[in-house]
Amino acid sequence: MSQERPRIGLDRDEMAARVAQDIPDGSYVNLGIGIPERITRFVPEGRELIYHTENGLLGMGPSPEEGEGEPELINAGKRQVTAIPGASYFQHPDSFAMIRGGHLDLCVLGALQVAANGDLANWSTGGPDAIPAVGGAMDLVVGVKSVFVVTQHCTKHGDPKLVEACSYPLTGLGCVDRIYTDLAVIDVTPEGFQLVELSPGVSFDYVAERTGAPLLPIPTATAT
Amino acid sequence: MIDKQLPSVAEAVADIHDGATVMIGGFGEAGSPIELIHALIDQGAKNLTVVNNNTGSGEVGLAALIKAGRVAKMICSYPRSMNSTVFPELYRNGEIELELVPQGTLAERIRAGGAGIPAFYTATAVGTMLADGKEARQFDDKEYVMERGLKADFSLIKCRKADTYGNLIFNKTARNFAPPMAMAGAVTIVQAAEVVAPGAIDPEIVVTPGIFVERVVQVQNPAHESELVAAGVSYP
Repeated sequence: MSQERPRIGLDRDEMAARVAQDIPDGSYVNLGIGIPERITRFVPEGRELIYHTENGLLGMGPSPEEGEGEPELINAGKRQVTAIPGASYFQHPDSFAMIRGGHLDLCVLGALQVAANGDLANWSTGGPDAIPAVGGAMDLVVGVKSVFVVTQHCTKHGDPKLVEACSYPLTGLGCVDRIYTDLAVIDVTPEGFQLVELSPGVSFDYVAERTGAPLLPIPTATAT
Repeated sequence: MIDKQLPSVAEAVADIHDGATVMIGGFGEAGSPIELIHALIDQGAKNLTVVNNNTGSGEVGLAALIKAGRVAKMICSYPRSMNSTVFPELYRNGEIELELVPQGTLAERIRAGGAGIPAFYTATAVGTMLADGKEARQFDDKEYVMERGLKADFSLIKCRKADTYGNLIFNKTARNFAPPMAMAGAVTIVQAAEVVAPGAIDPEIVVTPGIFVERVVQVQNPAHESELVAAGVSYP
C-alpha cells in the first residue's frame, strides 16, 4: 500500500488480524471475498478453524503452490485453493443446507452499508448500468449463526458506510452482529451502534463524526 | 439391457429443441460441460432458457452459447465474473432476460424440482428486492418467502467417471450443481472423462444414482474454460 499520508486506523491486514482474534477455536467459518479472505493468515496459534466455501468444500486450505493448482478445486471467488486432510466435497444443496440450516458458526462479509438496526447492503449499488449479481450473500446472512462485517469505515468519497438506513438494495434484514472497521469494532444492538473498541490512536469523536447514525460510547461503568 | 452410453456429444444433444429449458452444471469453470455446450452450439437450438450459477467467461462454453444468440433467458445467481463480457453487454442492450436467484435458493429450487416438490419456503431474500412479488408466510414468528421448484427439459452435466447405467462420481468442487440438475432434468445428458461397466464403481461411493441419468458420453480429456480463455479461443 502506498503511504501518501499518515494512515489513521488499521490497514487491511490489521483489520483481518483483529477479526481473527475473535473467532473461537473449532468454529466452522465462511469468509467472503476481499479483506475476509485474509483472516486465515492471522488466526492465533493453537486455534483450529474449518473453512467452508459455498461452492462445495468444507476444509478449504490455502492457495496452491505455483503450478500445483487444479481448475476444478476452487473457492467461491473462483480462485484455485487446496483441501486440507479431513476435507469433504459436496453438492450445492448440501452446501447451502449447511448455511441455511444454521450449521455454520460464523461468516465474515464485506459491506456497502450497514444500518443501525443490522440491515446489510452488500450485493448491488442498484445503479442503472450495474449487472445485478447476488451469489450466496442472502443465504449466508439469514442462516449462519453469527454474521460479522469487515469494511472500511467510510467510502472512498468519505461517506459513512454505517448508516441510519441503507440506501442500497438490501442483502438481509437485521442480520449483522458485529462490524470491524479501520477505525473501530462496533456491535449492532437493539439500541443501535454500540462502540466496543477504538483502533489505536483513534478517538471516539473521530469515529462518531464518520458514522451516519448515533454511536453509543463504551459504558464508563464497565471501562477499566 | 441397459446401456446409456452414446458414441458422440453430437448425438447426445441432437434432440434439444428450440425453446427448451436447459440446466447446465458448473460453478465458474469447475464442472462446466464445455464439450456438450459446444455440441449444442453446433446443433443450433435457440430461444433457450438456461439455468447455471453464472454466465460463462471469455467466448467459450456457456458464454459462447450466449454470444451465438441462442439463449433468451438466464436463470442464475451471479451473472458477472472475471472475463465475463458476453452476458453483460447483451443484458445492458436488453437482448437477454435475467432471473436473478440467490445461490442457495437456486440450488434448492433445482433440488425441489427434481424431488417433485412444487414450492418451498425460505428465509433467504426476505425483505429484499428478490422477494418482490413472492408469497410471504410466517412460521414460528419468522418471515419466509415461497420459492418454486425448477425443472428442465434437458440437463447437461460433467463428471469424472460414469458407468453405463448412469451412476456418477465427480471431481472435487466440480460436483456443485450437477447432482440436483441430474434429478431435475427430464433428459439428463452426462459427459464423463471415463465410462466404465456396471460394477466398476463401488456402490458406496456413487454420488448420483443412474436413475437420474438418461445419456452418457465419454469425453476423455475435457477442456478447461480458463485455459481456453487464456489461449484466446472463441467458439465456434
